[in-house]
Amino acid sequence: MARMEIKNLMKRYGQTEVMRDINLDIKDGEFIVLVGPSGCGKSTLLRMIAGLEPISGGEFLIDGLRMNDMRPRDRDIAMVFQSYALYPHMDVERNMGFSMEIRGDDKIKRKQRVLEAAKVLGLENLLSRYPKELSGGQRQRVAMGRAIIRDPRAFLFDEPLSNLDASLRVEMRLEIARLHKRLGATMVYVTHDQVEALTLADRIVVLEGGNIQQVGSPLELYERPANRFVAQFIGSPTMNIIPVSPAKNGVTLANGTKISLSDMLDLNAAAELGIRPEHIDVLPYGTGDFDAESEVVEHLGSDTNLFVRVDGIGPLMVRVHGNVPNQPGDKIGLRFQLHNTHIFSADGQSLGQRITLAA
Amino acid sequence: MSDTTRRNPMLMMGKSAAITFYLTFALFPLYWLLKIALTPDRLIFTEGTNLAPSEITFSNFTSVLFKTDFLSYFGNSLIVSLGTAAVTTVIAAGAGYAFSRFHFSGKKIIIAVMLITQMFPLLMIIAPIYKIIASFGLLNSLSSLIIVYTAFNIPFATFLMQSFFDGIPRDLEEAAMMEGCTRFQALRKVVIPLTLPGLGATLGFVFTAAWSELLFALMLISKNDTMTFPVGLLTFVSKFSVDWGQMMAAGVLALIPSCLFFIFIQRYLVQGLTSGAVKG
Amino acid sequence: MIANTHTSVTSGETRARRSFYWRYMVEPYFYLSPALILIGVVMLVPLIVGISYSFQSIALLKPFDTGWVGLENYAALWDDRKFWLALENTFRWTIGSLSLQFLLGLGLALLLNTQFRGKRLFQALVFLPWAVPTFLSALTWAWLFNPVIGPLPHWLHDLGLLSEPYNILGDPDLAIWGPITANVWFGVPFFAITLLAALQSIPSELYEAAEMDGASAWQCFTKITLPFLAPMIAITVMLRTIWIANFADMIYVMTGGGPANSTQILSSYIFTTAFRKLDFGYASAIAVALLGLLLIYAVILLFVRQKLVKV
Repeated sequence: MARMEIKNLMKRYGQTEVMRDINLDIKDGEFIVLVGPSGCGKSTLLRMIAGLEPISGGEFLIDGLRMNDMRPRDRDIAMVFQSYALYPHMDVERNMGFSMEIRGDDKIKRKQRVLEAAKVLGLENLLSRYPKELSGGQRQRVAMGRAIIRDPRAFLFDEPLSNLDASLRVEMRLEIARLHKRLGATMVYVTHDQVEALTLADRIVVLEGGNIQQVGSPLELYERPANRFVAQFIGSPTMNIIPVSPAKNGVTLANGTKISLSDMLDLNAAAELGIRPEHIDVLPYGTGDFDAESEVVEHLGSDTNLFVRVDGIGPLMVRVHGNVPNQPGDKIGLRFQLHNTHIFSADGQSLGQRITLAA
Repeated sequence: MSDTTRRNPMLMMGKSAAITFYLTFALFPLYWLLKIALTPDRLIFTEGTNLAPSEITFSNFTSVLFKTDFLSYFGNSLIVSLGTAAVTTVIAAGAGYAFSRFHFSGKKIIIAVMLITQMFPLLMIIAPIYKIIASFGLLNSLSSLIIVYTAFNIPFATFLMQSFFDGIPRDLEEAAMMEGCTRFQALRKVVIPLTLPGLGATLGFVFTAAWSELLFALMLISKNDTMTFPVGLLTFVSKFSVDWGQMMAAGVLALIPSCLFFIFIQRYLVQGLTSGAVKG
Repeated sequence: MIANTHTSVTSGETRARRSFYWRYMVEPYFYLSPALILIGVVMLVPLIVGISYSFQSIALLKPFDTGWVGLENYAALWDDRKFWLALENTFRWTIGSLSLQFLLGLGLALLLNTQFRGKRLFQALVFLPWAVPTFLSALTWAWLFNPVIGPLPHWLHDLGLLSEPYNILGDPDLAIWGPITANVWFGVPFFAITLLAALQSIPSELYEAAEMDGASAWQCFTKITLPFLAPMIAITVMLRTIWIANFADMIYVMTGGGPANSTQILSSYIFTTAFRKLDFGYASAIAVALLGLLLIYAVILLFVRQKLVKV
């Protein structure tokens, strides 16, 4: 099994530096998810771990061994590609046994291992098919089987579910979670889908613009985002961000509402307040901290999304649990759950989370 | 659009007329070649311009094959064309692979040079080539033709092969490398098997080009026993310009390999012509 | 602390550099070198040698008269009436072949873009001329124009275009049309294929949208098809121009440049000078002149291409 250390990792294309000073320790058996918007460098980082992309600076170690100059074949890491990368000219059996074929294992041993892995993944009836004769989900399974069969030190996944339809994606997500539990292997998983990140990861690494924004468990990222980017990226629907100005013992919203916050905050410049839609309470008109008018109401069954407009502040999104009878045009009162508000400085850094009510 | 065509009788007529025109234009010269080749000698002058001969004979073919040197010309052309096609395809596959899979310094310059070689008049180098080949004592040798033709066809074949390699996802090779292949193993076990149709098409294009090359062969070959088909046919025409039937029979024979390859590469015509862009 | 990190980074960097160099500087050349060596030795070196020939007197028939002669060849070229005639013929040949190839090719592409019975067979048959070796196309057409065995002079006579059925390849005023016809026959498939590929890349939704907007078939053609084809047309036509201007085989086989040089174009003039007269110095001077003209043309071409290809 494998422990990975990434130290001051850097990536340059020609003169342009696309990643700089990446530091990350991955514990043995840990499930790490790299997440971020497209172009954030998450795939590049994964490919550097795989050895498919040269490392321009810094170090990458597996179990204390320097990997920088090792070819992919010598790193003993398996990878599941977004496109699955199944060899179109080989049947499922040969696809799955290809690594053993290259290693020169004998045919009987190969057949046996392939069959074992195929059983685990429910592929035993498809062994003589070619990739083009398989459905998306089946291809995905073959790609995973091909990785499992090698019994590698670590698994890498590059957006493995993005080509599947929604229901299949949920199913395969569970499959991967089970696989991790059964094998206990170190896994690094790249996705742009925060739901996958939140459900699968032991720890999530949020990347943006070639920098690590935050590393932490799913709940940590949800509850204590280090900055505005992470706050808005993690959690759905997206966190509301409202400009505020400093006031004594708190902040003032643009419409004049004063929000009292604990004295640990010492704001003296303009800042922003972040609040998730599910952390705003809906009250009868006139009884909240301020009033709003609902513009669009989305009934999701389990929840209701209200898109409201607040004079002086602008649009906000509110999520209420269960079904509420609100109609567009209704006037309602709103109140922030103060212990769930986040304050960000002008440059987007978090100044404090879970602020307790002061007055 | 096709719906309106079906409804409008005028357009239908126009379309049929266009189809007939293009078919006639394309096929009539070839039909004529075949017709004269099949017309018996004694009828050529009396029925030379009739649309169909009243009698047909294969004697022109048999005499071309067995009473002239055409079998030898044919063999020489086959050696040159197959040799050129094979060597070019291997070399171009390497170069096309490099263009498709690597970013390296100098790539743009090399591509530009290759494009330029496609544009400058090849006849420009006919004199230097003659002197160089002569100084190596390689005049009148088939191998000199293979070397020259190979160089001429490499740029085009390289771009063609590159387009085929570009069509194969990089992921496949990377997956193979992750699974323990060296780059070369990945090339051999994964990329090449998937490029086989492309290799075949390149082979076909280069063969066709080498088969029809005339001017360099005229310059470099003057001995009868190493003449290629075009050179042989042309000397034949200037020497025996009265034996129409035999000349056309020889022409029909020259057409056969090209047509065979044409059927084979037809599927790749678009790719070939657009990637080479300048090749006829 | 800062210094420490710095050194560790640099050492990592140099080692990574080494594998970086192998993978990105050396390995590609491993695959490229055979191609580069051949192109260099067989094309680029002779090209330079050829340019140097143009400043020398190298005529194999006058072996004792060799040596550097400066611009003598070019001076001779300037006074050579045949050269200017060949230049004029080059324009006639290129423009004549190109415009006919293009118009017929566009028609064929449009035809092939519709549906009709037997289209696959039709396509295979009309593309066949492209596969015919050029020397054979040339011979075939030369024979077709021969009144003894070819029907064309008789047909032209019947149509009233010729006073009597004679071989137009022997008529200085008309001879150039012989090779042009053969070239058109040979080149139409090329245009048809490239234009057909471009036609098929036009999304059919565009036509549906236009039809919803009430456009007629002609309007569809001028407002959608032509603008979409324009970049492809421009590039194909421009590259093809160079190719045709260089293309001497047709003319050499059909007329040998005659009669009275009336069909001699620059490239066939190069060939006859080198091959018949074995005057390599003078042939190279003509070649350099042609190369110069093509370079000027290529610069214009690249400039226009840049304007057109904005995607």
